[in-house]
Amino acid sequence: MKGFLTKRNGILLVLIIALLLPFIVPNEYVLHVMALVCIWSISVYGINIFTGFTGNLSLAHIGFFAIGAYTLGILTVKADWNFWLALLAAGVLSIVLGILVGLISLRTSGHFFTIFTMCVGYIIYLVIDKWDTLTGGVRGLIGIPNPSRIGPITFDSLTSHYYLLLCFLILTIFITKRIVSSLLGRTFIAIRNSEELAQTIGISTKKNRLLSFVISCFFAAFAGALYASFVRFIGPEVGAIFLGFEMLIYLVIGGLGTLTGPVIGTILIVTLTQSLQFLQEYKMLIFGPILLLIVIFYPQGIAGAINKLTNKWKAKRTKDNKVKEQQTTIKEVG
Amino acid sequence: MDLFLQQLLNGLSNGSVYSLVALGLTMVFGILHVPNFAHGAFYMIGAYVSLTIMSLFGIPYWIAMLISMFAIALLAVISERLIYHPLRNAAGLHQMMGAIGILLFLVAFAQVVWGPNYQQMSSPYNGAISIFGTTFTQQRIIVIIATVIIMLILHFFLTKTMIGSAIIAMAQNREGAYLVGINANMVVMLTFAISGILAAAAATLASPINLVFPGMGDLVIMKAFVIIIIGGMGSIPGAIIAGYLLGIVESFGATYISGDYKDVIAFALLVIILTVKPTGLFTRRAY
Repeated sequence: MKGFLTKRNGILLVLIIALLLPFIVPNEYVLHVMALVCIWSISVYGINIFTGFTGNLSLAHIGFFAIGAYTLGILTVKADWNFWLALLAAGVLSIVLGILVGLISLRTSGHFFTIFTMCVGYIIYLVIDKWDTLTGGVRGLIGIPNPSRIGPITFDSLTSHYYLLLCFLILTIFITKRIVSSLLGRTFIAIRNSEELAQTIGISTKKNRLLSFVISCFFAAFAGALYASFVRFIGPEVGAIFLGFEMLIYLVIGGLGTLTGPVIGTILIVTLTQSLQFLQEYKMLIFGPILLLIVIFYPQGIAGAINKLTNKWKAKRTKDNKVKEQQTTIKEVG
Repeated sequence: MDLFLQQLLNGLSNGSVYSLVALGLTMVFGILHVPNFAHGAFYMIGAYVSLTIMSLFGIPYWIAMLISMFAIALLAVISERLIYHPLRNAAGLHQMMGAIGILLFLVAFAQVVWGPNYQQMSSPYNGAISIFGTTFTQQRIIVIIATVIIMLILHFFLTKTMIGSAIIAMAQNREGAYLVGINANMVVMLTFAISGILAAAAATLASPINLVFPGMGDLVIMKAFVIIIIGGMGSIPGAIIAGYLLGIVESFGATYISGDYKDVIAFALLVIILTVKPTGLFTRRAY
């Protein structure tokens, strides 16, 4: 039993469920929702790198999500680009803009930074809303194509699209894992814990915060581009600050600065809101207070609470073992 | 000339509303060092409370405003007790999340109770008057005068009373205030109450000009943040000056530059200012 309940087996189990999902539930609606979960999760992992691990709150994240969505939408609909080329362009554009915005905004820190990014996010939203000739204004962009085929593989069916998104999500989690367990991730965490201390031990906080910001922007734009091609219609509301707040809620409830938190939070809340359809409009009446409770009582979110519990359990077990060992040694000596 | 005068008046009346909202925000920031994202929601609920008691019970405009001020003061104090007080030692990130949680809850609450529709608030000052041959809406003049009166009352409260001085003392130096025996809890609650009162007053004054809807606080609060950064976070005179400044710049920008991008002006202004001077335009002085 003990050998079976390892972390690796748990991850494998979740992976198998995710892979078999189209066969377990032949319901298109469920699959559609799970595909959306994959997209939101990728974006939430982006927030997690910058907010969870580096400790700064950026409210421009949703703006970059919108930039990704609109870059892909405009390039595929108006310029007839290939999907993959447009996806790449969305990523590159988000990196360039991320560096530009980051260079300016990261000169400020703390609350100033958050308010600054809020303004940047709102400017992006307003520009999308008002620039009729390029973005279509409030009418939005219609008819964004599915991902184009790679050799024999097409992505026209929902199932294949779901697998594509799942692949990207797994890739995102893998990259996050690699970043967090590398020296770079430890640098980010050092900056989160204390910027002054990080500076004293010779970390260039400015460079690393910028890097973290750009990675986060890239994930946001990538998720936005995938969202555009999955939903096939986008309007200015993909850049609205309330959507950004929603993603923050996924992250905080799931667990800030944890590896599994973003996925846990997103799945939990998206499935909850989907199964309680009548709540759609008033969901914040419930999730607002839940967010408050989590922030006050479990600042590390669900994933953090689970980690704490398992650590406690492990500590208790090792303690019990030690007591047993001592008793046996006493017996042997006696 | 006609247009110029009218835009100046529009700018002054919008600026009055911005100043009142920014004043509450800056006072809370001065005491707690938390950007209170929920302040815009207080503003919105304040408008709805006034609207409801005016239309349900036929209570006159000014009395409705007083009741609304009291209600929002209570709401602000309750949210301080329930959310900000338990989070007072938490990281800045979690305090901001707490504020966002309150904001989301209140907006959803307004949607459930009052519906997502736009509503019109009537005021006894619907007419227009003409001065020097230019016509002005009465309500705009009322907004400007009422704002000046409220600011004067606040000024005398802060400088001439013991409790007011305690608030300023705590904003200037927290530890020093503790040392001379100021009751920190009381000061924090009082500051939240004042910020609620100012938000409700601003909302009730502005609603007959604009409309009442659940999202009415979003843009106002974002602009209020711009104002308190320009005016120096925590500075009361800074918030007033920057509020009027923004109102006037916006009003003229909308007329002479572009009506479509009128709302961008405030945010572009902030981006430019923070780019040049990352710590804000004025250094922080409490009062």
